Amino acid sequence: MWLEGRNGSGKTTLLRALCGLFLPDSGSIQWQGEDTKKVADIFYRRLLYLGHQNALKLDLNPVENLQTLSRLAGHIVSEEQVDGALTRLGLAGYEETPVRKMSQGQQRRVALSRLLISDAPLWILDEPFVALDIAAVELLQSILVKHVEQGGMVILTTHQPLPLAEEKMVRLSLDRYV
Amino acid sequence: MFDSFVALLKRDLLLAMRRRSDIFTVLFFFIIVVSIFPLGISFEQAVLQKIAPGVVWVAALLASTLALERIFANDYADGTLEQMLLTPQPLWVLVFAKTLAHWLLTGLPLVLIAPLAGLQYHLSASTIGTMMLVLLIGTPILSMVGAIGAALTLGLRGGGILISLLVLPLYVPVLVYGSGAIEAAMQGDVSLQPYYLLLSAFLLLALVFTPWATAASLRISVE
Repeated sequence: MWLEGRNGSGKTTLLRALCGLFLPDSGSIQWQGEDTKKVADIFYRRLLYLGHQNALKLDLNPVENLQTLSRLAGHIVSEEQVDGALTRLGLAGYEETPVRKMSQGQQRRVALSRLLISDAPLWILDEPFVALDIAAVELLQSILVKHVEQGGMVILTTHQPLPLAEEKMVRLSLDRYV
Repeated sequence: MFDSFVALLKRDLLLAMRRRSDIFTVLFFFIIVVSIFPLGISFEQAVLQKIAPGVVWVAALLASTLALERIFANDYADGTLEQMLLTPQPLWVLVFAKTLAHWLLTGLPLVLIAPLAGLQYHLSASTIGTMMLVLLIGTPILSMVGAIGAALTLGLRGGGILISLLVLPLYVPVLVYGSGAIEAAMQGDVSLQPYYLLLSAFLLLALVFTPWATAASLRISVE
């Protein structure tokens, strides 16, 4: 699902509400017919959220960051899996570098590596293409397309075009609700 | 559940090891506060022994509030706190891991450095022993109660001072019975058991309620 809208139209707020980080005044958010608040442990196991912030610790290296984040999310990943994901995103050789020393784009790549090591079917991504170069944008597009083709769900906000077939994609514009 | 508890604890300790200055500032603050009292009051042994329990505890309270802001502020700023809220395990487990890490990095060093303060104040070995024991029971309470304040003031401007205002009054029972125990130990003929029991009761109460209260405050603050 591609969420569109002007700046300030509430895209981020809607995504945060879906995740349960923001409590809506009315209405309910359901996962497989059950309120997400009631089945939080099941819902959060299926969800991967990537917000504006990268959620990386600047003093830790990418491997430590990714391992901690996936352990918190409830699954253990091997070092090979993490290395594989980092290599795929063009960060081979940076495994031992503290994230602090990386550029914005590289930090974003580390954060996006989580998509490759997670088995969550639902990805909620807030502006995932920000700070990425052209090559990384294409790579992320292909990762998203592959995820959708394998039956996964992606809800994202972006101003980048998505190379997805129309029937696989829902476009929702928030502009007319403002 | 236990796995994520360990992972978070390990991460926080690892982060602290990478930035050791954070641990030492709290420790040096404690030592300096304890050391300037004799300079301002008197070097007389009788006077020093009289003020020692209060000074040590007040210094410990202030040192512990000094580091409270850091429990959640960094995680909040870089987005890792959001990720913690979006994990399958109950939030209080993660809160407990963070509070435990905070105590290991700020409370435990205070306990270990306390004999130094005791020597400055001419305390006997057995009194120093009591002091370390009550600090060992008391400082985790400070970390746990302080975590609620830290969670409530998250993202507010001037949160650091606000935490102190919120939390210091709640520290009073620990201060009263903590310093009371040291005083009783100096007198020698008073039973210390009531002090230990009361402080342990506070500790248990804090263990049961504060992770839950902190988790609730975090949810409010992040929204």
